[in-house]
Amino acid sequence: MSEATSQKIPVTVLTGYLGAGKTTLLNRILSENHGKKYAVIVNEFGEIGIDNDLIIGADEEVFEMNNGCICCTVRGDLVRIMDGLMKRKGKFDAIIVETTGLADPAPVAQTFFVDEDVQKNARLDAVVTVADAKWLSDRLKDAPEAKNQIAFADVIVLNKTDLVTKPELAEVEARIRGINPYAKLHRTERCSVALADVLDRGAFDLDRILDIEPDFLEADDHDHDHDHHHHHGHDHHHDHSHGLKHYHDEDMQSLSLKTDKPLDPNMFMPWLQNLVQVEGGKILRSKGILAFHDDDDRYVFQGVHMMLEGNHQRKWKEGEPRESRLIFIGRELPEEAIRKGFESCIVS
Amino acid sequence: MKEFTPPPDSASIVSVTDRVKPVALGMAVTSVHFLGPRAAFVGGEENVAFVDSQGEITTVAVHSGGILSTASDGKRIVMGGDDGKVVSLDAKGEVTLLATDPKRRWIDAVALHVDGAFAWSAGKTATVKSGKNEEKSLDVPSTVGGLAFAPKGLRLAIAHYNGATLWFPNMEGSAEFLPWAGSHHAVTFSPDNKFLVTAMHEPALHGWRLADNRHMRMTGYPGRVRSMSWSAGGKGLATSGADTVIIWPFASKDGPMGKEPAMLAPLQARVSVVACHPRNDILAAGYSDGTVLMVRLEDGAEILVRRNGTPPVAALAWNAKGTLLAFADENGDGGLLEL
Repeated sequence: MSEATSQKIPVTVLTGYLGAGKTTLLNRILSENHGKKYAVIVNEFGEIGIDNDLIIGADEEVFEMNNGCICCTVRGDLVRIMDGLMKRKGKFDAIIVETTGLADPAPVAQTFFVDEDVQKNARLDAVVTVADAKWLSDRLKDAPEAKNQIAFADVIVLNKTDLVTKPELAEVEARIRGINPYAKLHRTERCSVALADVLDRGAFDLDRILDIEPDFLEADDHDHDHDHHHHHGHDHHHDHSHGLKHYHDEDMQSLSLKTDKPLDPNMFMPWLQNLVQVEGGKILRSKGILAFHDDDDRYVFQGVHMMLEGNHQRKWKEGEPRESRLIFIGRELPEEAIRKGFESCIVS
Repeated sequence: MKEFTPPPDSASIVSVTDRVKPVALGMAVTSVHFLGPRAAFVGGEENVAFVDSQGEITTVAVHSGGILSTASDGKRIVMGGDDGKVVSLDAKGEVTLLATDPKRRWIDAVALHVDGAFAWSAGKTATVKSGKNEEKSLDVPSTVGGLAFAPKGLRLAIAHYNGATLWFPNMEGSAEFLPWAGSHHAVTFSPDNKFLVTAMHEPALHGWRLADNRHMRMTGYPGRVRSMSWSAGGKGLATSGADTVIIWPFASKDGPMGKEPAMLAPLQARVSVVACHPRNDILAAGYSDGTVLMVRLEDGAEILVRRNGTPPVAALAWNAKGTLLAFADENGDGGLLEL
């Protein structure tokens, strides 16, 4: 996959709730002196002041695929725009898709999973979510879209940090981590983030599924090895001795599974397939690195809702612990059932 | 697929590859149409390249950007671009600006009527211009995927999400919606005006019998159908999208309902473009590995026109008399064959 991947045009999806600063980040990316040209798919013309790039207006038309899977939605306008853009190959290096503030990132991502022609030419690089440090905590309570965008993100740009106090910042970060502990989080003012931190992340590249460990920014946020997922069905937090607030979101959680015993591929694959078929509506993102019984290769997979892709990645290295790790981010995940199902795939 | 080599010329397949006049267009090509005696190869952006029977190339600038859509009646090509313009190009090489989208939106689809009327779409809006009449526009519920004029009367088919809309631009309130779930792209009327067929986003065609709007599902393709061509007399609809040319029977009043399509010219590559001969029961097919074949509809006999081993064939067309075949791959490596 790597060889083909490198020739495909990378696509960055830029999401964020209304007013969080998406356009600021976009203008920042485009105006920086990087020597690259971008094709930018926006939902509103006129807010971008750069002539150098291809700017395309989009209508965010989502439609259901006719495959009997109700959460299998794609962005039809993107299919069409990608078709048109491919006629101008060589005129740009990368594509940025800006979504509206109320958009669910899933149909955008799924477009890159299911459309054969789109897949041939382009690869999804990462979902970057801009969040407003001052208002995100409120939005997480009243706007399911904002929560989706955080849960879906590979990179979170926590913007407008100059407008909040330190404790407020700690609180909003804890709330983000309660939903998505795996995304890379950057604190910014006016979206000043290094381009390398938002572009060319390879977050959907199976060969780079390494960032499966929780991401913690600061040295005083010690690594938490305890289980994050003993949720109690209500929004609460508890202060740990080292002062890190710990939130559990009422309906959106992440779930991580881990074992150092080998998995039985004949048990695991059908279990995973069935899990995403049955619970795919609730599972926003999934990723895994797997060690199968009698198999010297690492197996990696990732998924968006019901769509999965996976492959043998490489040989396990000498001395590398042959562990299997999976993460799921989703809404009202049936944690007990998932854990039990996973455990039944372990070779005893 | 990499191991595949075409059978040697002498053995199982007749070859006319030595009679092809090669044409190096030096640009990405998306389609070709004959205008008078010359083949007009439409580039991915900006230019159209005329090629005469001697292989001489004359390039004409038509758009300042990508060329997104084309339609031709043999006298001119109407094109839509990502510069928001609709232009036409005639056989002399003259370019005329027909319309400009006020917001410079992409012109996603164009269509040309036998009597000279033309139509284009930008976003959800389809617009028709007929002779000296005013432009007439219709908004459909979602972005237009394709446009086609009916062979009789001034009637436009507009493909979009969840179906197609039929519209008489000169009759107020005449829009008729033909529903079918999914995203519909290219659209075409059968030459006898009895059927409407769309190529869908999923690998399938959908058809409606216009007398009673009965549905026809044409499925089983491994890939999306990007090229459709009616055989001489409209007896069959040849399509790309599989590793054989799929031809749906339309000769009877029921069309392909309850019938199997013909599957001709199988290769270990996908058919990327088809063009039926205008008079005889022959078609030309281009493949994803660069092969071009001529195929007799009656028995599937094949003649090799171009060998494999290149990018996919993107453009393929006959002249009106059916004496010339023009083709090119995606990178602009083309040829002309005189029969």
